[in-house]
Amino acid sequence: MTRNEHTVLRVDDLTVIGRPSDVEIISDVSITVRRGEILGLVGESGSGKTTLGLSLLAHCKRATQIARGRVEVGGEDLARLSERQVRNLRGRAVAYIPQSPASALNPALRLRTQLSEALHDAALSRAAVAERVREVLREVALPDDDRFLDRYPHQLSGGQQQRVAIAMAFVGRPELIVLDEPTTGLDVTTQAHVLATIRRMTREYGTAGVYISHDMAVVADLADEIAVMYRGDLVERGRTDEVLAGPEHEYTRRLLSAVPLLRTDGHGEAEEPEEEPLLRVSGLAAGYGRTRVLEGIDVSVSRGECVALLGESGSGKTTLSRSVAGLHHQFTGEVLFDGEPLARSSYRRTAEQRRRVQYVFQNPYEALNPRKRVRDQILGPYRHLVGRPADPDAVVAEALERAALPASYADRFPEQLSGGERQRVCIARAVATKPDLMVCDEITSALDVSVQAEIVTLLRNLQDEGMALLFVTHNIALVSNIAQRVAVLNKGRIVEYGPVGRVMSEPGHEYTRALIADTPDFRPSFAAAE
Amino acid sequence: MSGPTTEPEVGKAAKASRRRPGLLRTAWGFGRTKVGVALAGIIVLIAVAGPFVAPYEPTEFVAMPYETGVEGVVFGGDNLGRDVLTRFLWGGWTLLLLAVSAAGLGVAVGTVVGIVAGYRRGWLDDVLMRFNDVLLAFPQLIAALLVMSIIGPKVWLIVAVIAVSHVPRVARVIREATRKVIEQDFVKAAEAIGLPRWRIMAVEILPNVTSPLLVELGLRLTYSIGVVAVLGFLGMGLQPPTADWGLMINETRQGMAVQPWPVVLPVTAIAVLTIGANLITDGLSRAAIGIDRGVEK
Repeated sequence: MTRNEHTVLRVDDLTVIGRPSDVEIISDVSITVRRGEILGLVGESGSGKTTLGLSLLAHCKRATQIARGRVEVGGEDLARLSERQVRNLRGRAVAYIPQSPASALNPALRLRTQLSEALHDAALSRAAVAERVREVLREVALPDDDRFLDRYPHQLSGGQQQRVAIAMAFVGRPELIVLDEPTTGLDVTTQAHVLATIRRMTREYGTAGVYISHDMAVVADLADEIAVMYRGDLVERGRTDEVLAGPEHEYTRRLLSAVPLLRTDGHGEAEEPEEEPLLRVSGLAAGYGRTRVLEGIDVSVSRGECVALLGESGSGKTTLSRSVAGLHHQFTGEVLFDGEPLARSSYRRTAEQRRRVQYVFQNPYEALNPRKRVRDQILGPYRHLVGRPADPDAVVAEALERAALPASYADRFPEQLSGGERQRVCIARAVATKPDLMVCDEITSALDVSVQAEIVTLLRNLQDEGMALLFVTHNIALVSNIAQRVAVLNKGRIVEYGPVGRVMSEPGHEYTRALIADTPDFRPSFAAAE
Repeated sequence: MSGPTTEPEVGKAAKASRRRPGLLRTAWGFGRTKVGVALAGIIVLIAVAGPFVAPYEPTEFVAMPYETGVEGVVFGGDNLGRDVLTRFLWGGWTLLLLAVSAAGLGVAVGTVVGIVAGYRRGWLDDVLMRFNDVLLAFPQLIAALLVMSIIGPKVWLIVAVIAVSHVPRVARVIREATRKVIEQDFVKAAEAIGLPRWRIMAVEILPNVTSPLLVELGLRLTYSIGVVAVLGFLGMGLQPPTADWGLMINETRQGMAVQPWPVVLPVTAIAVLTIGANLITDGLSRAAIGIDRGVEK
């Protein structure tokens, strides 16, 4: 590595430790990024990628500190500077785009104030600041008129908020920009726009970018170079195409193969629908108060079949799944389960119906009672719906086994489990009562891509054992990996409904086509070799 | 750098063996809690063991009124010539019993009201909480004095009045805590399988509001001690000749210049007990804040 003027960021042997335990959160990491290039920093949660990202701004989270190493931005070592000097550099030399734009923007400040503040350059006149703010807004494809500048963050959509955050980062023409999963929580369409904006801005400004993500597919699209972090170490680093073509580290290979492929033949062929499907939803309309979020929904799920409900946030997919589970009561239309109508409220359904329809929630961190052991989490619903088991341990062990967890997990509390393990416990809780239909509401969206792949495998196995799944997701790539049929929801209506293979290869509706086009199409070239 | 396949298993196993310490253990980690437990412990010990080690009967006359320096009577006699030490040792448990039962009852009822209002929402929430507001409008002590002077000083009435004055305060705190808990999906998971509402409240919600509950219990206990003692002092609590710290102060305050002990002893005891209970509560609430935010300190 020769030092040349194109190198903007240079990190040498950086080690960050946690206090007071002195555990190394990241150890001896060295990276360089050149002008106008983007480095994709990939790793699962807890790998230290955010810690590394923050240390590039010479910022440390509570109870952490930089133990040794150098962070050079544009030739200046940030670790040596005083707090005041670092503050001056932030926003000018280094800028940061955080994960959630909604919490990154101050809700009490108008965009004008927000953006001018980010420029914090005393040498500029007021008019120059205003001009610069307008210029950067135009560059991120947002309106630059006074009406827009007078808005508050809550008056913007998620994508607009994230673009304002990008504008805030670029307004001071930084040399380095750190992006911490800026597209998590955005729809694919919005994500595609935001990624294109980031790409263009770094090129035009000659800014070096560090893009932190757990999603290989996004990074593969965007980055010039990839660095893979695993448990605080940098395990692999190289040009993007080289890493994708020939990953050297075992962990990189695992990450790559975890990415769901966009185009598959679907999970098995869709069979001819039976005479009477297990679940038939017809003419369903639902809403909250006077707002209607769903209109004219017809979906059916046959025994042992997986039907995916695909839609972006706000499309009403969660409302639909909750209506089926009896958690959302304000709906009209017919929901037939095994030929019998399902009551609106779960409390009016028979115990047998409640047993046969189980629901798995989106966020495993909230779906388990923190005060109960795994054993009791599983036995609670079982006792209530099936009855007192003769051998409780066998029930728990069997449920855990079907969720691919060892029986020894029964004595743990939720806080002793990782996100993926928690979601498995949620699945175990649902399968313990031997349901016929499992409604999965975005159950992988809170999890890393590598964990998501494991959960998907688990669901496919359950389905092979004869369980029907209603799989709600916003991720079109997952659909083609798990479902036989897919219903695409847009603004409360089903715009496309059919076998996965057909919908993916020849989408009939414009919206589906746009969704497929905006999703990063990822094929690891090394997969063929294995 | 070892292979990624073996390492996580080891890490998980190590992590699993240790669970984050609970509220009580975290609170015990603070020095103030230990001091509080020691202070409160001494007074509780005096109050509970006192009657068994007292040298005389509480109503036995052993000296002249306000006489000091009598042989075998350490702290002298009170306004009627009864042994001050004996009456001090006898007078604590009534105060403690009244305070503990009043606080316990108030917190129990308040918790039920709070959880029901927070979970059921709708008109029930409105009715319960507006009724709470009405109760809150009465000043605690004045309300107690008013009821006492109408119905007359009775032991059960003291407990009831203090408990009732605690209910709205506890209910508010617990309602807020409940609202936070029911936002989480595990409550919806219980609803989805049709678990009866009362079981959801008892099994899913109650264990998750124990942190604010313990803090409230400590706080209400401290208030109860104060109110019971004040009622005793004002003659609205226990009636003579019962030995009671509050009553003792009232009966003997005229002779304070010549014989300070019958005032000093109960006043010190009540002060130490209150400070101790407060320190424990403080430790608990600090621990609860840490746990709620999920930060290790």
